[in-house]
Amino acid sequence: MASSRFTLQGCLYGARLTLPLMPGLVVFASAFGTAAQQRGLSFEQALAMSAFVYAGASQMVALEVWQAAWTPGTILGIAAVTGVVNSRMVLAGASIQPWLRDEPPGRLAANLFFLTDANWLLATRYREEGGRDVGVLFGAGIALWVLWVLSTVPGYLAGALVSEPRRFGLDLVMPIFFSAMLVPLWRGRRAAWPWAVAGAVALAVQALVPGYAFIVAGALAGAVAGAFQE
Amino acid sequence: MSTLRDWIAGPAGPYLAILAMTVATYLCRAGGVVVMSRMRITPRLERGLRALPGSIVVATVLPLAVQGGLPAALGLVAALAAMAWLRTELAALAAGLVAVSLVRAAGF
Repeated sequence: MASSRFTLQGCLYGARLTLPLMPGLVVFASAFGTAAQQRGLSFEQALAMSAFVYAGASQMVALEVWQAAWTPGTILGIAAVTGVVNSRMVLAGASIQPWLRDEPPGRLAANLFFLTDANWLLATRYREEGGRDVGVLFGAGIALWVLWVLSTVPGYLAGALVSEPRRFGLDLVMPIFFSAMLVPLWRGRRAAWPWAVAGAVALAVQALVPGYAFIVAGALAGAVAGAFQE
Repeated sequence: MSTLRDWIAGPAGPYLAILAMTVATYLCRAGGVVVMSRMRITPRLERGLRALPGSIVVATVLPLAVQGGLPAALGLVAALAAMAWLRTELAALAAGLVAVSLVRAAGF
């Protein structure tokens, strides 16, 4: 019994799964392009950041600490800020690791470069429904990456595509998409008990600690609650 | 030493910053997978992993809903309801965005 596989059909299916997310992604990436231009990044620098870092929230936060002249200290600082914002990806990766166990190292390393909230969530749902093709994760990651990098360009050159994204709720696309994913993840009230722990801890940490520490703290608490559930 | 500092302060600086960000982000992306591949999966660990995706989602969304006030909260509820009813992401996204826009247009 093959526990997992990796096919071109899987990649294409993964790319297709990203379609509902594309409008929100274009708006977000173009907003980053505009903000990068205003912060004084060159066109090449903005594009390089989207292509290599490829993590929207941390790119936005990085602009806050962007420098006119760099020192070793400020470079370490921007790396640290980026790591903190993206630390939730450690948990996302851990949750899909059993699925990736048989992947050859090179392909796995490439696949993980494209790991983001969106393709992790799409792949998690696909897997919950019995899917085994690791290509789905990869295809979704690549499709989102291409659009992310391309959409940085008009934002940088022409300003934001939508002048008031808040008015249309576009600032909330990812949370909306996240919450909808709870429906396919639902496995009954017993299995949702750890989620309640995660939510309570996240709210408590949000009230006490500035920044986005609540995601990692809440998610870890939920996993621990699940592990010790009798 | 001062030439290195000059190099960092000069045109190389922004690209070194982007490189540092890239490395930090990749470590986050790969870190969880690498650590888990070195651990023996006990039944307890497996239960924890199974609870993780939903926990990540709730821990991300609930604080943002609280922070975003009524429009965010109603938008998330509308998306959940549409997803439970119609079972398609596009419908859930549309319901959520419409709810947020309407509540914001109403002045909240």
